[in-house]
Formats: sequence, C-alpha cells, structure tokens
Amino acid sequence: MTPEPGTTTPEASAAAVERLSPLDAVHRAAGASFTDFAGWQMPVRYSSDLAEHHAVRTTSGLFDLSHMGEIVLIGPDAAAALDYALAGKLSAIEVGQAKYSLLLAEDGGIIDDLVVYRTGDDRYMVVANASNAAVVADELRSRAAGFDTIVSDESDDVALIALQGPDARAVLLETPGFGVDGPGNDADDFDAAIEALKYYRAFPATFEGEPVLVARTGYTGEDGFELYLAPDRAGRLWESLRETGGSRVVPCGLASRDTLRLEAGMPLYGNELSRDIRPAQAGLGRVVALAKDGDFVGREAIEAGQAADAPVLVGLAAEGRRAARAHYDVYDGGGADAVKVGVITSGALSPTLGHPVAMAYVSPEVSEVGRELFLDIRGTRIAASVVKPPFYKRDA
Amino acid sequence: MTEPSALQYTEEHEWIDVDGDVATIGITDYAAEKLGDVVYVDLPAAGTTVTEGTVVGEIESTKSVGELFAPVNGEVVEANQAVVDSPELVNSDPFGDGWLLKVRTSSLPKLLTHDEYRTLVGE
Repeated sequence: MTPEPGTTTPEASAAAVERLSPLDAVHRAAGASFTDFAGWQMPVRYSSDLAEHHAVRTTSGLFDLSHMGEIVLIGPDAAAALDYALAGKLSAIEVGQAKYSLLLAEDGGIIDDLVVYRTGDDRYMVVANASNAAVVADELRSRAAGFDTIVSDESDDVALIALQGPDARAVLLETPGFGVDGPGNDADDFDAAIEALKYYRAFPATFEGEPVLVARTGYTGEDGFELYLAPDRAGRLWESLRETGGSRVVPCGLASRDTLRLEAGMPLYGNELSRDIRPAQAGLGRVVALAKDGDFVGREAIEAGQAADAPVLVGLAAEGRRAARAHYDVYDGGGADAVKVGVITSGALSPTLGHPVAMAYVSPEVSEVGRELFLDIRGTRIAASVVKPPFYKRDA
Repeated sequence: MTEPSALQYTEEHEWIDVDGDVATIGITDYAAEKLGDVVYVDLPAAGTTVTEGTVVGEIESTKSVGELFAPVNGEVVEANQAVVDSPELVNSDPFGDGWLLKVRTSSLPKLLTHDEYRTLVGE
C-alpha cells in the first residue's frame, strides 16, 4: 500500500523548513494533518475530508487561507494601473465591490487568477494564489511603474479566514466582538452591514477593536464570508467563530476545499489554469474586458485569437464510484483504436453528488454538451458525458 | 478488531494476520489516515493468483489513489465484499471489518513486527 506523497503528520514535518500559518498552533492543537501547499504547511484535513465537505454544504466550514497573497495598490492611479495590469476593467467597480480577474502574460497566457477588492477610491487589494503571490507582486510593481500608485505586498501582514456554508451568515451575526469600522461602530451597525452585504461585496469592520475586511466571497459554491485581518488577531477570531458556532462550524482542510470548488466548477490555478492556457480555453473569455479603453498586458495576443483546435475546458460526469484524476487521458472511444482527445485537470468522486466528476481540456470537436467520452483510469476506460459546470449548484 | 500488536506488517503499510495457511491482509491505521476518506476499493476476485510485491488492487480516497501490493505469494480465497460495498470501513476499522483479502499461502516473506512497523512510521 503506497499512499501518494503530499500529506504529512505534524510529527513528520516538524523539521521541514516551510512557512507556517499564523493559525498553525491552533491547527496542531486540533489534530490537523498537514500538506505542503506552495511552500506552506497548511491543514489538509482535521478528521475527515468527507465530513468537512458535507459540513460546508449543510452547516458551515471554517478555512484558514492565510497562505494566500494580498497585494495592495494605493494612489490616484491605482485604478488605471490595474486596468493596464489586469484583464478586467477594475476602474469600473465601486468601492466595496470585488471582482474576479486574471493577470495575463504578453502572450495571453494566465499568470494567475485573482480576486480584486476595491477598498477605497484610490485603493485596491489584489488576492493572489499562494503559489503565485510573489510573481503577482513583481508583475504588478513593474506594470504599475508608469502610474502614480504604490504597490506593496502585504501577504505576510494579512491572515485570511473563510466561513462558508448555509449557516455562515447566522454564525457571523451571533459571534461577539464585531463592529463596523468608523463612527457608530457597534454590533447593531455590524448586523445591518451584514444584512446589506451582497455577493462579491466587502466592507471594513472591526473585530475586538482591530480592523477586519469582511467580504461575501468564497470558493466553495456556498454562500459565505472571507475575513481578512492581522495575523496576530486570527487565532482569536478563529476560536470565537468556533465557540459561537459550536457544531455548526467545522474546521476544514484543503482536501475538502478542493472537492468543494470542483463541484462548484471553479478553476484551480495549476490544474485548470496556467501560462499555457488562454482565458477563452478555460471558459473565462468574459473576464477579459476587450471593450475597455486603453492597452492592457495581453490585449494584443487575445485580440489576435487562438488556434481553432486549441483544447477547451469541459466538465465530465461519469457513473459508478471510480474517479478519474488529474493527468489521466481522455479518449473518444472505449476500444483499442480510440484516439486520445484530452487530459483531465481535476477529478474526484463528488461527495455531494455521489458520482465521479472531472474537468478536462479536450479538442473542441468533442466538447459539446452530451458528448460521450472515455476516461482512462489506470488502464480501464470509463464512459463519461460532457456536461456544463458547475456540477453542483446550491438552491437559491 | 484484531489486536495490532499481534499482527505482522510490511513496509507498504499492510498488516497480515496468519491463521494456518491463510493470511488475512489489510492496511494499517497509519495508511488509512494518510489516504483520507476511502471512497473506492478494487480487489482481486477469489481464485486469483497473486505474486508478492505486485499491485493487486487499489484503494482510493477523495484525494488520492493507493495501490495495494500483495505481501505474499498465493491464491485469493476471499475478497472482503463488505469493504467494496462500504469503503469507509477501511478508515473506521482498518484492523477489523476493514480487512481486504484472505490469501492461501505456503510461505511468508520476512515481515515486520508491530514494534518494527511503529518505528518505521515514526510512532
């Protein structure tokens, strides 16, 4: 029996030179198993991937995402700098709004996918994947060089806790210590701000007197919140949410985060997105604001278009319990003469749906919804249907 | 559940319980914990001849795939259908109801004692 490498117990990893979350001690005390993720030791699970996954779908789950990067732009040209640096029109979003965007290379390839928060007229926070945080900070600095804005990588000074699931809102409202940042600043104002907070919006709040950005964003397919705050406050907030929520708040590791986002059809950088992938291939053509004024990095390449036979991202659903995983091949038939038409980028037995789901890059000619394709699972061909993600959509 | 201290082990994180010429085989609690929640188990059918050190089955969790190596030469006399139907038994009772195979064998390779195995996994 050979479990794949990647997960380590705290004992086994104690000697490793890796970055630790500000919540590391909390996770170890809770008995978490850890994984190396982009140079960080992060919880992969606390007890059970499946229990954690189901908790997010039915009550709520608490995630430590402090490994993610936060890059802040401040200055009169911050909006213009981001319009040039990123694929989207960030000048068009309001203060308090968030937007999903892409950092493109000159050739149109994807350097990272990002969530950008406008936190002031002249202020934005760009949230990058942990594996790309340094690259994103470097690119933003060099792309913003001609603009009147300061780019600072605040990743080490920002912790991120996500509370996701149908009970997330109630738990957040019940948790003591929150206020809004500014005049008034009492619990009633906080409750009113949460009641008014729409999806992909954020507002500056306080927790026990210290600043916390409360955002209604997430990566699970559920309603929920992401809470950005100083690392030395993260432990208090984590414990308070757990104490308040009790059995409604289950600490969740990166394993459940991956199956949750896969069910929700959300791409993961390194799996579905890379420098070799253009946004349109990944179904993200709408994220590139070709209509915006002025140049932006990658515009010329995107406008030139891409090869008609470039692989495109599809969802695949199969029956049974045997899941195709990342890097497994996709064929156009089940026989020996079948032709390879694509490769899986993510795959799992969907905990919510009970059948295998996957995302894959396949030739455009076999990408139509309903098409039957075959997944090569270590030598066995399993039939699957092309479907349009998301695989799972919560009841509105 | 079988007492873990009475079992023998392989470096591939399998346990072996010998009764006469039949070896019952499973994976250890350590391996089950490393895999995470097991969601699919593929085992060879009764009557299959297995060769020590070769892959004879698969144990999949939500996150990863583990290969099951035959720890002995012999013939499969029973595969645990309960585990195929309820793969979570591998996590909940790895040394008991989560057993995987019974193999008739005439000779055993050198195996690890419980203490040697615990040393191997750093416990």
